[in-house]
Amino acid sequence: MSERNNILGRIREALKVSAPLPGLHGDTASAHRSTESPASHAREWLPSVGASSEEQVALFAKNAADLKADFQLFASRDELIIALIKLRDTEKWSRVASHGGGLTNFANKALGLPVTLTDHGYNVQEMEQCDAGITECDALIAQTGGVVVTSRSAGGRALSVLPPHHVVIAQRGQLVSDLPTAFANLQSKYAPDFPSMISFITGPSRTGDIERILVLGAHGPKKLTILCF
Amino acid sequence: MSSNVSDFKTRATEKAGDLRHRSVIRTALRSYEIVRDKRKAAFQSWESARQAAAETKWEAVNHLDKHLEALTAKLEARGTKVHWASTGAQAREIIAQILRDKKARSIIKSKAMTSEEIHLNDALEKEGFTVVESDLGEFIVQLRHEPPYHIVFPSMHLTRGEIKDLFLKELGDAPSDSPEELTMVARRVMRQKYITADVGFTGANFAIAETGMISITENEGNARITAALPKTMITLMGIEKVLPRFSDLALFLPMLATAGAGQPMTCYNTMYSGPRQPGEVDGPEEWHVVLLDNRRTELLADAEQRDALHCIRCGACLNVCPIFRNVGGHTYGTTYSGPVGAVITPHLRGLQEWKHLSNASSLCGACTEACPVKIDLHHHLLQNRRNASASQPSFFEKLAYQVFGIVANEPAFWSLAKKIGWLTQPLQRAIKGSALDPAKAWTKTRDLPPQPRESFKDWWSNRK
Amino acid sequence: MDALYLRAGISMVEILERLGHKVICPNEIACCGQPPFNSGYWDEARTIATPVLEKLANAEAIVIGSGSCGAMVKKFYPDLFKGTRYAELAKQVAAKTWEFSDFLVNKLGVTDLGAKFPHKVTFHDGCHGLRELGIHKQPRALLANVQGLQLFEMTEVSCCGFGGTFSAKFPMISTAMGEVKCTAAAETGAEYIVSSDSSCLMHIQGLLSRQGKPTKTISLAEVLNTQ
Repeated sequence: MSERNNILGRIREALKVSAPLPGLHGDTASAHRSTESPASHAREWLPSVGASSEEQVALFAKNAADLKADFQLFASRDELIIALIKLRDTEKWSRVASHGGGLTNFANKALGLPVTLTDHGYNVQEMEQCDAGITECDALIAQTGGVVVTSRSAGGRALSVLPPHHVVIAQRGQLVSDLPTAFANLQSKYAPDFPSMISFITGPSRTGDIERILVLGAHGPKKLTILCF
Repeated sequence: MSSNVSDFKTRATEKAGDLRHRSVIRTALRSYEIVRDKRKAAFQSWESARQAAAETKWEAVNHLDKHLEALTAKLEARGTKVHWASTGAQAREIIAQILRDKKARSIIKSKAMTSEEIHLNDALEKEGFTVVESDLGEFIVQLRHEPPYHIVFPSMHLTRGEIKDLFLKELGDAPSDSPEELTMVARRVMRQKYITADVGFTGANFAIAETGMISITENEGNARITAALPKTMITLMGIEKVLPRFSDLALFLPMLATAGAGQPMTCYNTMYSGPRQPGEVDGPEEWHVVLLDNRRTELLADAEQRDALHCIRCGACLNVCPIFRNVGGHTYGTTYSGPVGAVITPHLRGLQEWKHLSNASSLCGACTEACPVKIDLHHHLLQNRRNASASQPSFFEKLAYQVFGIVANEPAFWSLAKKIGWLTQPLQRAIKGSALDPAKAWTKTRDLPPQPRESFKDWWSNRK
Repeated sequence: MDALYLRAGISMVEILERLGHKVICPNEIACCGQPPFNSGYWDEARTIATPVLEKLANAEAIVIGSGSCGAMVKKFYPDLFKGTRYAELAKQVAAKTWEFSDFLVNKLGVTDLGAKFPHKVTFHDGCHGLRELGIHKQPRALLANVQGLQLFEMTEVSCCGFGGTFSAKFPMISTAMGEVKCTAAAETGAEYIVSSDSSCLMHIQGLLSRQGKPTKTISLAEVLNTQ
């Protein structure tokens, strides 16, 4: 524990002298600072999202398309299932990985393929051989075109990144307007017992490490499909 | 002149004249600039967001003790082992000891500048561990046995042809020089390494005091897999990475992505709050978080420059810096290059040994303008120069400025100096750029303007 | 400006006088002290800057024909004199100091000086003027009213590489930066590079001349003083 005390001791010693406030080029800290968190108005500064739910759905669709994610919205669950089966055929899936859940159970049953379920542990090599990982999610975010998954709601940590195609089954009610809302919802849903992993997935895996040229599927999924009803 | 300075000057001179390098970097950054500007414009108010981010970081750094204690307590409550390291050597030893305890052999790493800072790979490899960098850019530079060129784009100095040749030589596999196919080679190589690795190693972009989380930002998914499959996970983070609240990420994640790569959000932003928890299906059984000081507390003690600890390592200041763009990342000889590297390296590794980085700047201020957390970067370069001169002045430079002061303050001397300048022009032209020319640092590549006989002050006094 | 770029200084004086102002150029002031300040020799900088402060104390407004020297007086004098007995005076002087184009546009409300300069030009923003003083729109507003002048903006906004003693301490980096600047200027097809800062122009012109490039440089004040 001694290094802990040493470091904290040095920090406290250093902080005896107060620092200039940020962005003011050298003015010393004044005592009266607001008790409000500086980022509490983030919503007013981040990219705008539109007021109505229709606008936000349209924004999500546009942002997802920019990210090269495939977003499809359906009027009913049955329509979604038809699209999923079509996807299975065009992508020639022979085995998928998934987890138990209200939406995924239905989807997996309809697919009629061998499924590696993660709920009670799984073989990693087997999951790696699957053609797609099918998960639920916690939220869709209009502002970014991305989804939120957690280790609890989306079949663990690996399912959404190991198979080459990640398919998210979602409901329209899961769409939230912006990032501040997404964070607030996670906090009210889980705190203090958070899933050990919360991941904001914004488009399929990508890299620009070779000449800054975009390549999808660097290590995670090459394809991300979001099916929503 | 210490070898740091002469090495820097040699490399800088070579790279600055390297037109191929100049064009590779300019092309790479041109595409970044276009998307960055577009993403910034999408913000309703980028400037307000910057100010709020700066204030949030100010709050975090100026109450660092409190936030670190909260973070640690929350992490430990869920079974994470937290370690504290005052020095790089201590951090290396802590990490090596975990590996020995686990009888580990292979480590899969996702990108972490802190591990570069403490030269972790070298130390672990010397002990016989196999360390593989999984981020594509890091993997490429690891194969070349060189440090990352840039803190965000490690391999931006290389062309696809060079990477193809490298893959052929080192991996025996490179179907073409297409970035797509080369990326898929790396993907295939890495897949089995994830599955067989004993330990996964990551860095950290943010730590959340309120909820006890480490947030990792990445595009490739390699950190996600690194934190999912191996039985043991180790995270190394600088103590300054802490943010007060979970909700702060709603601001910082899009800002990091925008400033760093011109993205609305980086592809994966993942918050980890513990090892695998009861009822969860995967994730490491053990998670070790190593908190690294390594002289960050010295920077903290300099209140004037404390805001340099606000840095979120987005690389925006490197990307806009005309020095960085012309001399390249490796010239600095430091883990953190570019303007922020020039500011903090003297604190982390010694002012006198690294002050030349603060001198190697035209103080144009593009860095400060680009910084998403409003670090007063180019003014800190001035302060480093002031501190360096105050503690160890150069005799000749000081004398020169004293003489200059006398001349500038006395109109008769000033007038005389101008006359001498005018009279010696023909001589100067004859020797310009040669070894004899006292102004050769200028005249080797540039002409001096002709000096008219009459000066402004002559004109002013004559017209009365 | 005194020895090398007197045309810029003369143009400033003539413009201000035409606008009906009384101009005083104290003979004792030669330099604002920026060279030692930027090199870290703040004691030596104060030696030069203190008489400057004293001479300027009673001026109604101080107009400086360089963004760089302007930034020194307006922004860095308060830093330089912080904690000394000149701290208050430095703040007062800073408050009434103006860069030339800023003074014309924002203090006097003048944007049309009746100038005529029938050439294609590009404008180089000196970094200190641009980023320390926020000078960007002002020179453009003035150039917009110059008859016959066509302004073509460079795609890359970057430092010319001068940077005071930096240009001599790290000549190759400085030269490389200047080359990038000259390339960006040449890409616009401009005949002239116009700037508020003589030091930037000296650097750019020095490179252009050495490399035998046809592009010319001229100060903003000279352009505005054409008839």
